[in-house]
Amino acid sequence: MKKMSDVTLTIDGKQIKVPSGTTVMQAAEKAGLSIPALCYDPELSIAGSCRMCVVEIDGMNNLPTSCSTVATEGMVVQTKSKPVIEARKMVLELYLADHPLDCMTCQKNGNCLLQKYAYEYQVKDTPFKENKHRYPIEDNNPFIVRDMDKCINCGKCIRVCDEVQGRNVLQYAYRGYDTKVTTAMDVPLIESECVFCGSCVAVCPTGALLEKKMIGKGQSWEVEKVKTTCPFCGVGCNFDLNVRDGKVIGVTSNPESEVNGRHLCVKGRFGTDYIHHPERITTPLIKKEGVFVEASWDEALDLVSKKFLAMKKEYGNESIGALSSARCTNEENYVMQKFVRAVIGNNNIDHCART
Amino acid sequence: MRSLKLLRNDLKEKYHSISKPRITIGMGTCGIAAGADKVKDALYHAVAEKGLDVDIEVTSCIGMCYKEVNVEVALPDYPPVVYGDITPARVTRMLEEHVVGNTPVLEWAEFQLENGKHTPYQDISSMESSDYYFHQTREVTSRCGRISPENIEEYLITDGYEGLEKVLMTQPQKVIDDIKASGLRGRGGGGFPTGLKWQFAHDAEGDKKYIVCNADEGDPGAFMDRSILEGDPHAVLEGMMIAGYAIGADEGYIYVRAEYPLAIKRLKRAIKQAKEYGLLGDHILESSFSFDIHIKVGAGAFVCGEETALLNSIEGKRGMPRLRPPFPAVKGLWGKPTNNNNVETYANVALIFRKGTEWYASIGTENSKGTKVFSLTGKIAKTGLAEVPMGTTLRQIIYDIGGGIQENKRFKAVQIGGPSGGCLPEDKLDIPVDYDSLIKVGAMMGSGGLVVMDEATCMVDVARYFLTFSQAESCGKCTPCREGTTRMLEILNRITSGEGEMEDIERLERLARVMKTTSLCGLGQTAPNPVLSTLRYFKDEYIAHIKDKRCPSGVCNHLLTYSIDAEKCIGCTACAKACPVNAITGTVKKTHEINPEICITCGACMEACHFDAVIRV
Amino acid sequence: MTNRNSNHLDIKFKKMMEDYKEHKGSLIPALQTTQEVYGYLPKEAMEYISQVLEIPFSEVFGVATFYAQFRLQPRGKHVIKVCSGTACHVRGGPHILKEVEKQLHIKSGETTNDNKFSIEPVACLGACGLAPVMMIDEETFGRLTKERVHQILDSIE
Ligand SMILES: Cc1cc2nc3c(=O)[nH]c(=O)nc-3n(C[C@H](O)[C@H](O)[C@H](O)COP(=O)(O)O)c2cc1C
Ligand code: SF4
Ligand code: SF4
Ligand code: SF4
Ligand code: FES
Repeated sequence: MKKMSDVTLTIDGKQIKVPSGTTVMQAAEKAGLSIPALCYDPELSIAGSCRMCVVEIDGMNNLPTSCSTVATEGMVVQTKSKPVIEARKMVLELYLADHPLDCMTCQKNGNCLLQKYAYEYQVKDTPFKENKHRYPIEDNNPFIVRDMDKCINCGKCIRVCDEVQGRNVLQYAYRGYDTKVTTAMDVPLIESECVFCGSCVAVCPTGALLEKKMIGKGQSWEVEKVKTTCPFCGVGCNFDLNVRDGKVIGVTSNPESEVNGRHLCVKGRFGTDYIHHPERITTPLIKKEGVFVEASWDEALDLVSKKFLAMKKEYGNESIGALSSARCTNEENYVMQKFVRAVIGNNNIDHCART
Repeated sequence: MRSLKLLRNDLKEKYHSISKPRITIGMGTCGIAAGADKVKDALYHAVAEKGLDVDIEVTSCIGMCYKEVNVEVALPDYPPVVYGDITPARVTRMLEEHVVGNTPVLEWAEFQLENGKHTPYQDISSMESSDYYFHQTREVTSRCGRISPENIEEYLITDGYEGLEKVLMTQPQKVIDDIKASGLRGRGGGGFPTGLKWQFAHDAEGDKKYIVCNADEGDPGAFMDRSILEGDPHAVLEGMMIAGYAIGADEGYIYVRAEYPLAIKRLKRAIKQAKEYGLLGDHILESSFSFDIHIKVGAGAFVCGEETALLNSIEGKRGMPRLRPPFPAVKGLWGKPTNNNNVETYANVALIFRKGTEWYASIGTENSKGTKVFSLTGKIAKTGLAEVPMGTTLRQIIYDIGGGIQENKRFKAVQIGGPSGGCLPEDKLDIPVDYDSLIKVGAMMGSGGLVVMDEATCMVDVARYFLTFSQAESCGKCTPCREGTTRMLEILNRITSGEGEMEDIERLERLARVMKTTSLCGLGQTAPNPVLSTLRYFKDEYIAHIKDKRCPSGVCNHLLTYSIDAEKCIGCTACAKACPVNAITGTVKKTHEINPEICITCGACMEACHFDAVIRV
Repeated sequence: MTNRNSNHLDIKFKKMMEDYKEHKGSLIPALQTTQEVYGYLPKEAMEYISQVLEIPFSEVFGVATFYAQFRLQPRGKHVIKVCSGTACHVRGGPHILKEVEKQLHIKSGETTNDNKFSIEPVACLGACGLAPVMMIDEETFGRLTKERVHQILDSIE
């Protein structure tokens, strides 16, 4: 490999040294300046299409995009000059011209990048008030709601589905003003090859892709995020439980998660409704005269140990075996095998994930 | 290396003296559209009927579109005569008088092709001194309409592939240096120095390199590239091979738009013939240089003329432009260093190596060398192709060559550079046409389409027309262009339908500024030019639409009112019958009246009236 | 999911598509050939191309909807394109289009009931010297008037 050298550039008057190959956006971040970005995502390839991140660079025509421009020695960059601000405001006005502007009831309220930048640049209104797209909301699957009226065509969902999930379910279709992210043949996700991993939901900067179950359950500032490990399989993905008033309303992935980053499967991301399900069993049940009756833990454990002892006595140690589950933690599995070996007294212990 | 010299001499013997009469029909797309096929049928028919022994050949468009169908008649030992406006009905007289009687039909004859060997006819001007060609310098188009584009031998006898022969005996770097010295700049629109571009591709590291020829010619109003491809396809192949040799490429692609089926057919045939002659394929002319050329047919997207969108399209993707850098010279087709030039640029390359760098550099202006081919369209008297040295003024092109405005109306503006270009008014007609002068006045060379507009053209409507085009052709990748063209068009639609407000002008200007600086590719960056240039030179027309709710040129439907001149109306009821919404009242022999409340300003009454009694203001 | 929906695509077509595997960047030519064969791009054919060329179906659809040439619906035997280029616009192109629409009782983008004609939108046809111009299939007709449109449409089988 070629040896990486450093380059020094000036951003908004500040000199900063970065390794060669660094983009202007990354360099600015290093200098403590943040540049707005809608289509850029550090984990995905660079699209350079939203044009929010434009800056002025001495000697360059027009306003180059900082997400895609590589810093060079002696480069002089302005991130807040008049033309830059004018351009960003205009880009926002153009986005707002084709947006429903129903932020008050939007699930993404407080968490939406478009809203954030409109606030930052104080774009209150758009001068373009004629036509807007009106697409039907797609709501016919249990997990994801797609509202293409809120889509800003950043293409992150397309790239994550291709580059991370490897499913290639989504792609741009049509052209120009009618460009739209669609599945093959523009059918709903449920009729496509989608596996509902929800990665696209995780990267979407606006309310175009939402976790269906969370809609109406709480606004971003009302929700507490509790980091936890997914209970479904042995991979051990981490994510944030979204908790409001002591109740889990859903899951969002967390880029900081060591094992999985923002990546989750359909079960981990969307399979939390059992937690507060009315049919969920919350106490032990003992069958008395043919019907299950609620019991206390003491009562239940006493009954189980009594029966184990009786079985051991009548049929011998080898008559009992145990199967453990991948959904249990390591600690629980450890305890289980200890129980079988030390208490029951045999090696009849197995695990669902072994086969 | 094998030399073509002997072959060329043999061929010259064969072709230069004809032993029987030869009739050649101009069968470019335009000729065919004007009925060249029917003329050809009529000719075959008449020749058979009269039992004449003549050869009937086909050539391409010579550039006089306003005189299609063009037919050339040549008798042994006499200079060929080119006729214009030939119809099937005129064929017999032409045959009888010229072919049989050796007396050319003077009233249809446009010019004769003097060659110094034969005594010219009296009373027919030579091509060089004819009205249309006197002010032209035909170099790049010299073979168009003169040779059969479907026969490589005719290319060879007109010194075709001589440039390639010379180049193959030269070092690649020297070839690039020569192109630099010639001063050639790209004819695809931007005017980028060709030599420099080749140098980048030459210097880029890569185990494989490509040559691409941009034949997507999508500018409405432009057909120079089509004429070259149809008329002289080998010149383009030769230029590509020279470029390939210079940068170290062994494969080339021509990206042609699907709307040019004849060009595609002729290119395919040219490639096949070049292979048969050992001029394409492995070890060209027994040298160590090998080169192959493929044709890719476009699928209908203007943006694919943008070179990175074009590369994506060749690769089979959506034709959306790529971010630059990296430039195609470094990372182009399938990630390999690629050189892309326009059709006319490659045709110039072949010319430069045939006739010499110094000769070439002596034509044109300081910074724009050589000639440029323009297509003259719109309200110009003589529509067609015109090739002139760079630096010729617009006035010379429009008036001296194009014959001024049709029906002697007044000139209003000329649109140059297609949807990326601008509209220039009368007082800019004396600027020399070169890359830099045009940019200065807010237009650009573009590919060379000139659309002339007369006093009856509304400039706001023209801007709206171009925006409609750009809006429909935006690829949709980046926000300023995808959304901006749409909003700009909405504003223009509003203004032309009388619903504009003065703030709209400021909105247009602000939008234009951001689109220019912030769009990803040339389409979005230049889409505002027609708006900006009309705002710059014809702002009063915008204001008339907005403030007075009036279209000064009488074009914008919604702003027109129709009424009937009581003096002229004889009460024939024709207008009332024609009106689709029954807005006209009146009985036979009584003056008719139009109810403005009902009238939808369609103009049907005006067309129907034989007495010029309908007034439009 | 091999050839799930490709049962009623004929063998010859499949063979043609398989030949495209040999060449790089074949998606667009494959779609062009498909359209030549079927007159439009049937879903099954696109799905088949996606499998054979190993290109995601979503991308095949994305490409098919990007280019103006491709149609996802069948169209008439003859395709009429009235030029909407600058020159034709200033010389009355819109009236010619209206006349064609009036005669065939359809709008641009539609197909007549008997499947004989479709009108398709088109940008400049590049024969501006002869404006106004229209193209029917591969043939170009120039210097049009309403009367000529009549004659031409009547003369087509
Ligand atoms: C929207 C757009 C359309 C273009 N269309 C064409 C075209 O039809 N033909 C062409 O040669 N160049 C076209 N260009 C310019 C090409 O991108 C490129 O600059 C050119 O082919 C380079 O060739 P040259 O250096 O020989 O001029 C277009 C550019 C843009 C932005
Ligand atoms: S849920 Fe997963 S598989 Fe489905 S579209 Fe989104 S990223 Fe692709
Ligand atoms: S759905 Fe979301 S992620 Fe996908 S393009 Fe639209 S805004 Fe971007
Ligand atoms: S400027 Fe227009 S055509 Fe070019 S990339 Fe942006 S959207 Fe596409
Ligand atoms: S973040 Fe750079 S263009 Fe979108």
